Amino acid sequence: MADSKPLEVQEKKELVGKGEKTVPARYFMPNTDIRETENALLVVMEVPGVDRKDIDIKVEEDTLSIEARVDYSKYEGMEPLYTEYNVGHFARRFALSHMIDQQQIGATLNDGVLTLTLRKVQQAQPRRIDIS
Amino acid sequence: MAYLYSDPFETLFQFQNALDQLRSSNWLQASPSGGGSYPPMNVFRKGEDIVLVIEVPGVRKSDLRIDAKGNTIRIAGTKTVEQADKASVHRVERRGGQFDRAITLPIEIDADRIKAECRDGILALHLPRAERDKPRAISVA
Repeated sequence: MADSKPLEVQEKKELVGKGEKTVPARYFMPNTDIRETENALLVVMEVPGVDRKDIDIKVEEDTLSIEARVDYSKYEGMEPLYTEYNVGHFARRFALSHMIDQQQIGATLNDGVLTLTLRKVQQAQPRRIDIS
Repeated sequence: MAYLYSDPFETLFQFQNALDQLRSSNWLQASPSGGGSYPPMNVFRKGEDIVLVIEVPGVRKSDLRIDAKGNTIRIAGTKTVEQADKASVHRVERRGGQFDRAITLPIEIDADRIKAECRDGILALHLPRAERDKPRAISVA
């Protein structure tokens, strides 16, 4: 992809089939790139406006689930005049095609981009991952 | 309209509906000095000032350039999306490239007091309304 091409707006996709959500608010699907190297799977997703403490990453039964919540209290006292995008939490799940070493998952957050490094090895127990 | 909600379960939903309703607002005008409509922005009024909230995930602060002249704000920059070397690609949804957008506000702003913050992929521009542009109360004699 040439970096000199003018960027176009990517309309946010609303999350469908969000079975377990009980609040009426809308969730969005973060734009995600997935790349696989010899020994790891890299999942890179855009979650603008989310603080690292508001991200939950879980791997269970070969399913990777990510939930990232925006802090909308920052908008308190602000009256919208003109809008081009909506604001909401992000959630997305992926079925992992390879066994992932769940003890060795790395997560970093930079400029609203969450990068997960999932090392491929044998199966392991479900666990919760903290963001470094 | 002040958004102070009491019910935490409804707050976000009401806010989202309010944002949706202003999708067709013609409050903001495009300016001929820029091109394209990236990055997407929301405009809010906070007291007498204007706040632009712009989504720029993956854009480094050092790759952003913001200029102000009169009522026109120009936001330009480059979004870099790392490429995979020796990796097979499963999914590509993120796009990188250059952007240059200019907008003209229908009110006068004090260009010397503009503040810009960029955090977690959100660029916020605080545009104070120019003192001479503020409405004055007129007392009835």
